Amino acid sequence: MTAPLDWLAALGAGAIRVCRIVGSIVLFALSGLSHIVRPPFYGRLFGRAMMEIGYYSLPVVALTALFTGMVLALQSSTGLSRFSAETAMPTLVVLSITRELGPVLAGLMVAGRVGAAMAAEIGTMRVTDQIDALTTLSTAPMKYLVAPRLLAGIVALPLLVVVADILGVFGGFFVATAKLGFNPSTYIATTLSNMQTQDVVSGLVKAGVFGFLIALMGCYHGYNSRGGAQGVGAATTLAVVSASVLILAFDYFLSELFFVR
Amino acid sequence: MSGAVPKIRVRGLKKAFGDKIVLDGVDLDVMPGTSMVVIGGSGTGKSVLLKCILGLIEPDEGSIEIDGADLLHMDGKAQTAARARIGMLFQNGALFDSIPVWENVSFALLAQRRVARAGAREKAGEVLGQVGLSPSVGDLSPSELSGGMQKRVGLARAIAAQPEILFFDEPTTGLDPIMGAVIDGLIVDCVKKLGSTAVAITHDMASASRIGDRAAMLHRGKIIWSGPADKLLDSGNDVVDQFTHGRREGPIQMELRR
Repeated sequence: MTAPLDWLAALGAGAIRVCRIVGSIVLFALSGLSHIVRPPFYGRLFGRAMMEIGYYSLPVVALTALFTGMVLALQSSTGLSRFSAETAMPTLVVLSITRELGPVLAGLMVAGRVGAAMAAEIGTMRVTDQIDALTTLSTAPMKYLVAPRLLAGIVALPLLVVVADILGVFGGFFVATAKLGFNPSTYIATTLSNMQTQDVVSGLVKAGVFGFLIALMGCYHGYNSRGGAQGVGAATTLAVVSASVLILAFDYFLSELFFVR
Repeated sequence: MSGAVPKIRVRGLKKAFGDKIVLDGVDLDVMPGTSMVVIGGSGTGKSVLLKCILGLIEPDEGSIEIDGADLLHMDGKAQTAARARIGMLFQNGALFDSIPVWENVSFALLAQRRVARAGAREKAGEVLGQVGLSPSVGDLSPSELSGGMQKRVGLARAIAAQPEILFFDEPTTGLDPIMGAVIDGLIVDCVKKLGSTAVAITHDMASASRIGDRAAMLHRGKIIWSGPADKLLDSGNDVVDQFTHGRREGPIQMELRR
């Protein structure tokens, strides 16, 4: 007789737990964002985070974009040839890269590389009392540790996506002209004539949001890690998994926002 | 005690984590310019007491006064200003790995904008000298230092801003007896030189007698004894006597057996 009530209680407890976690993340994000715009500003830490997120992620993002553009050209050529629509390939490649694949793949790559590192660094600081030490040294940990990383995520990822867009389109161009017999100048002309400002801008806005989400998850899970090495390991995993899932979920909602009328 | 206002006054401090009551009405007075040592077994809440005073943990009940002003009822800015007068040496040093030693030492001075970045390195060299380290150590990373050196750098960081109050969390834990005595000596010298009020928590009796003017024992969430530090080994309290002499038999063990 009590089984349905137990089930209901478990469901309610789960819902409360989810609300608590979401609320805690939202408050953490708002606190981090408010510290971005309030002095003092840590320019050196922002620069360091930009190097970490942007510069050091450049090779992996560049290679991912390049090969994605190449394989996209190869696969779409096969598909489009069935409808005798090979000439649409440059348009398909540029739209796919700028609207979706550039920001999403760059985001996932950076989430794996940087989100994990952020969670590990801040988590280690938590379990070795370094975050408490910051507080005793008249420094707000949110301002010192979180705000520069959030800002760097928002700024660095769109810059990476610009590079990813260029290299992704170049990858498609290379395969189309070297392997599939496309005329180079026709390919470039088709690409440029069918690409709109909104395609690129929407991708860059997505990238800014993804950069924020990656930094937020890395900082949040690191900041709240507990229990020594095991806790830091768990925080690292959670940071990467949650950032990756959020990137894909927000990609859908942002696409709805930008492109569905 | 006379009618003088204690530098630190704790009254009825309570803190529980879930069902576990860690502090159960702690009362403690530390007079200006004196050194108080708080002793107690592992897990008795000594570090929690320090963290409550520092504002790192919010207590459930009670009051914490510094120079007569209640920390827990101040606004955020006043609390930050009051706590900027406190320096802390953490048990494991808690040095920042990502910056060199000199920047660790001058961190509070830079944060409080009391020194420009250009002058911070020189200032850090001076403070490192006070704890018996060469200024060249300032260029090293914390991970390149031995345990004893990390403690010294932690001490240098704690005293760099010349705080009115100094806290020491297990200052000799993990050190050999000679290095422990060296660190204790440095702590006594620094406290005397700065004229600070100090609170140290430890379960090292040799360290307690070297550092403290007065001592108090925390047991089952309460201060069960306080008195001059030189009376620690002859307190007349069964629990304190058992703890300070490290006897297996006594009231503490009887409680464990229950």
